[in-house]
Amino acid sequence: MMVWDSWSAFWAMGGRGFFVWGSYGVLALCVIAELVVLSRARKRALLAIAEDNPTE
Amino acid sequence: MAASEQRSHDRFAGRWFWRYAAPSQFYPLAGRIEILCWAIAAVLAVTGLYLGLFRAPTDFQQGEVYRIIYIHVPASWMAMIIYLAMAFWSAVGFVFGTRLSFMMSHALAPTGAIMAFVALWTGALWGRPTWGTYWVWDARLTTTLILFFLYIGYIALAAAFDDRRKGDRAAALIAIVGAVNVPIIYFSVKWWNTLHQGASVRPGGSSMATIMLTAMMIMTFSFWAYSIAAAMRRVRTLILERERDTAWARSLIGASTSGRHEATAMKAR
Repeated sequence: MMVWDSWSAFWAMGGRGFFVWGSYGVLALCVIAELVVLSRARKRALLAIAEDNPTE
Repeated sequence: MAASEQRSHDRFAGRWFWRYAAPSQFYPLAGRIEILCWAIAAVLAVTGLYLGLFRAPTDFQQGEVYRIIYIHVPASWMAMIIYLAMAFWSAVGFVFGTRLSFMMSHALAPTGAIMAFVALWTGALWGRPTWGTYWVWDARLTTTLILFFLYIGYIALAAAFDDRRKGDRAAALIAIVGAVNVPIIYFSVKWWNTLHQGASVRPGGSSMATIMLTAMMIMTFSFWAYSIAAAMRRVRTLILERERDTAWARSLIGASTSGRHEATAMKAR
């Protein structure tokens, strides 16, 4: 059960799709960017410790 | 003197929160909190978005554009809450000189800045169709913009010093002093005439329909869990960076196959 008659009505958001999806889209971009930056920073930190301490 | 120091040390050592003040002790705990919070954030986001975008009815005044509320309000709240948390850890760092406190504060700042940015961005996109303008220099909007700049200032200041201890303390000062801005943001809609609507949710009642309020609160808890997870991941990286010369960090990379694996995979590239 949902409030929309169709998917196109959902994406249109009553003619306000630009504002609604512009908001949700930028939030999604921010979250993805933060996750990528966090993972890269963690890998860099682990790599730095591994390079300081070669196993060989 | 020595005896009393010893006594106070014993007293502190017996408490779990002092134990976890040691970065090496906190690191694995932070890892468990992180995983748990990612899961909570994901489940709540799916639930909240489903309720907010598919089940909640059209607003009788604003039509569909009101659905921005499900991310605008949580982001605005988290921007304020994270700043207060940052100020808290900065103050703890100042008083007790604990290394981990400053790291916690640093770990919160980027996520808080993102929340403030999202609050401003979604607010602009909501303001245009409802007020006819993306931006207006009114109290709520201006103080939120100041909050965003405080985050940026904090991050810049923390990175500006060669001496890490100086950077920690200078940034902590911004965090603590800037905290006065948070209650000003919160009460700005009461204190000044503003385009921004008043609080829809306040202690003792709400002016929203139940399903809308439910969806918004679920999204808020999702943002909350996300912020904790992101801060935990960042603080773990900070611990690795700052403790890289310790035997503990070395043992971590030696013992943890995943850490070793991640690192060698990076090296191979």
